[in-house]
Amino acid sequence: MSVATQNKNTEATSSGRGMRIVGGVANYVDERTSLSGAVKFLGRKIFPDHWSFMLGEIALYSFVVILLSGTFLTFFFDPSMVEVHYEGSYIPLKGLEMSAAYSSSLNITFDVRGGLLMRQVHHWAALLFIAAIGLHMLRVFFTGAFRKPREINWVIGFVLFILAMAEGFTGYSLPDDLLSGNGLRIIDGMIKAIPGVGTWISYLLFGGEFPGTDVIPRLYVLHIMLLPALVIALIAIHMVLLIINKHTQFAGPGRTNDNVVGAPILPVFAAKAGGFFFLVFGVLMLIGSLFTINPIWNYGPYDPSPVSAGTQPDWYIGFADGMLRLIPSGWEFVLFGYTWSMNLLVPIVVLMLFIVIVMVYPFIEAWVTGDKREHHIAERPRNNPTRTGIGAAGVTFYAVLWAGASSDIVATHFRMTIEGVILTLQILLIVGPVIAFTLAKRMALALQRKDRELVLHGYESSRIVRLPGGEYREIHTPLDEFEQWKLVSFDEYEPVELRPNARGKITVGARLRSSVSKFYFEDRIAPVTTKELESAKH
Amino acid sequence: MSDSNSEITVPTGSAVARPDRIQNPGFEPEHKRVTDESEKRMRGAERGISLLFMLSGFMTVSAVALYFIFPIVPGDLSSTRNNNMFVGLAIAAGLLCLGIGAVHWAKALMHGHEMVEERHPTRGDDATRARAVEIFQQANKESGWTRRKLLRNSLIGALVAIPIPAVAMFRDLAPGNTPEEVLNHTMWKKGVRLTRDPNGVPIKASEVTIGSSFHVIPENILDLEEGFLNEKAKAAVLLMRLPKESLNEAEDRKSWSYDGIVAYSKICTHVGCPVALYEQQTHHLLCPCHQSQFDVANHCAVIFGPAARALPQLPITVDDEGYLVAQSDFLEPVGPSYWERAR
Repeated sequence: MSVATQNKNTEATSSGRGMRIVGGVANYVDERTSLSGAVKFLGRKIFPDHWSFMLGEIALYSFVVILLSGTFLTFFFDPSMVEVHYEGSYIPLKGLEMSAAYSSSLNITFDVRGGLLMRQVHHWAALLFIAAIGLHMLRVFFTGAFRKPREINWVIGFVLFILAMAEGFTGYSLPDDLLSGNGLRIIDGMIKAIPGVGTWISYLLFGGEFPGTDVIPRLYVLHIMLLPALVIALIAIHMVLLIINKHTQFAGPGRTNDNVVGAPILPVFAAKAGGFFFLVFGVLMLIGSLFTINPIWNYGPYDPSPVSAGTQPDWYIGFADGMLRLIPSGWEFVLFGYTWSMNLLVPIVVLMLFIVIVMVYPFIEAWVTGDKREHHIAERPRNNPTRTGIGAAGVTFYAVLWAGASSDIVATHFRMTIEGVILTLQILLIVGPVIAFTLAKRMALALQRKDRELVLHGYESSRIVRLPGGEYREIHTPLDEFEQWKLVSFDEYEPVELRPNARGKITVGARLRSSVSKFYFEDRIAPVTTKELESAKH
Repeated sequence: MSDSNSEITVPTGSAVARPDRIQNPGFEPEHKRVTDESEKRMRGAERGISLLFMLSGFMTVSAVALYFIFPIVPGDLSSTRNNNMFVGLAIAAGLLCLGIGAVHWAKALMHGHEMVEERHPTRGDDATRARAVEIFQQANKESGWTRRKLLRNSLIGALVAIPIPAVAMFRDLAPGNTPEEVLNHTMWKKGVRLTRDPNGVPIKASEVTIGSSFHVIPENILDLEEGFLNEKAKAAVLLMRLPKESLNEAEDRKSWSYDGIVAYSKICTHVGCPVALYEQQTHHLLCPCHQSQFDVANHCAVIFGPAARALPQLPITVDDEGYLVAQSDFLEPVGPSYWERAR
């Protein structure tokens, strides 16, 4: 019924053949799909604006670029480890024995027009994809955008980050060049260290011994089918939850926890986001056409015997490789006849622990605050000093591991001993996060104090006046109420007091929560209240 | 939406509520854009944006032209570079013009006022939730899910068991023998000559001068029809000659070297990278992957880095013609550690 009325309306308001055709098509589609409901639901949905909200968009759009360029590559790539003689146009490798995978990668590079371009766009887009996810996660973390009701979406996004790294690693391995083969060798060594099942997992993965002839086709299936399917499915859920929860917004005049202020999907947000897709695509295309990435022709085919000095993994795997490098010598023992390779198990366990803590962080914070309200206002990092400190500690831990992956390059470039670099990083790995936590937390508190000062006394106008009594004073310009609001509207928590529960007992959980809560909220700066504002005026 | 939701009180935990907090001042007056105020600027923006879109179309068409204008000439690497670069630049220009145009249109010309949408609690309203509970209860009643316990539990048991065959079927990802059987042995055995990597030329003891080092593979490895890389990944060896007095050999391993010539597995005991860098002056071997260092003078014991075990030594001697040969296979598994290694 509504369709009929709508049709009449359309005809009444807009004449012209174009509109009639559009209306006809819309009617045809709607009568078969009831799509008008989706347009009604989504068409004028509001999206708030902030530059940091574009990080997730960059991740999404670079993933689309990955899908497009990757599809092109699959038409030419041969995921096989059959030995062939290279007959392509890259002279230095001509006639060499290599796997079909490496040979076809070289053909894509040198003999397919636009092939190198697509390879480089694919690789650069993958790097941007992971970088954008990482930055997007940091944005969400530091603004507390993972709080209720978005905890589940945080976990989904987190799994996407892991999947993106898995995609990256499987893709890196496919060309079967010397470096990627060494990367697989390292993974093989790590898997073999897993107690009980490690040897078997490696044996099954490689179809027997390393390197075997099975692993590239298997990784290929993971890389182009299983992992992308998971990524697409999770992105879909991520987006659906984004629509259900609506986007967070920063505090601002008129913006409350109960509204969302910004541009509607149609037309403004669609135009901006659509345009932004082409910008991301365009920048990736620009980088891909001008800057070499992963010049596999320089490395040669995989051979277990040679390796070049200064080997580096792709940057996003660096933290794991760095962890391996920072273990001191001799961490291995034999117990009950089995070999315990602690030099590999400790890194694996520490990294897993790090990852798990990041994943469950929203639940930890929710438990500490006990706050069950929905939070739709993104916090400024300074307004949650302890969380900001924890984030800084995590970033530092990651950064030290990351630097560890380039320990040899650092040593040669800065003319230091490798032993000295490693020792420094080992110390930094433990001390660095503590320093970073303290610094970041103190800085956040200091910034909060500055905000208070601004609200209470206004800006220094740099105008000095002499009062009748001879006193000199700088005139302060008070903030207007809109600027003021941005500085005073934040959530504030206090430490939980330890009290017996209904049965008169103090449980271990309560004790723990009380002390963690103290750690979080003991040092805190309260927002300026109306009373304080009043008394400051006089 | 029912109004009941707004009355739900949610625990606020340890949040501080201040009755005298400063109140939200409401929306700021809107700022006008230049295109809102000047008709001329609006027309200018409109023309500029359409120009960008036209330029985008032109660049996209040029990309196709450039694809043909810069063909790849076999053997000429610069032709590959030019083809990729010019096609890429034209596509990039097409994409960027389109993107800049669309964003500019949105920012300069489209309705610029902020709009407000109300949020509602994420939970379903009370009536919906009550209906959902009711549906579950009805379904439970009609099926007997909680009443017929044996039925339910046996169903859960069967469902849990269903994926087991899928796991078992992965056994044939690898051949029938066990990993230990293949990991414990290499191609080296008594009398196998040490030959150069990669050409397979045998090495005479007299060619190995003091301070020199050789990358070595077993003599028959190049004849392998299949599994060449598998064997090489285990059998790769480094051969070095040190002044006899600087070799610090254990009593039971004195016979493993020949006239100061020693052979060690090249596969790192950490995670299996080739330990390819030999520092002649200090007799140290360095793994380029994770910087483990091994002292050749002391049976390749670990002196730095994450590796835990010395590199396995290959016992060598010379045959009648003076060529270096292996005395046997390695006496321990080479390469990275694994669970069953010590058994």
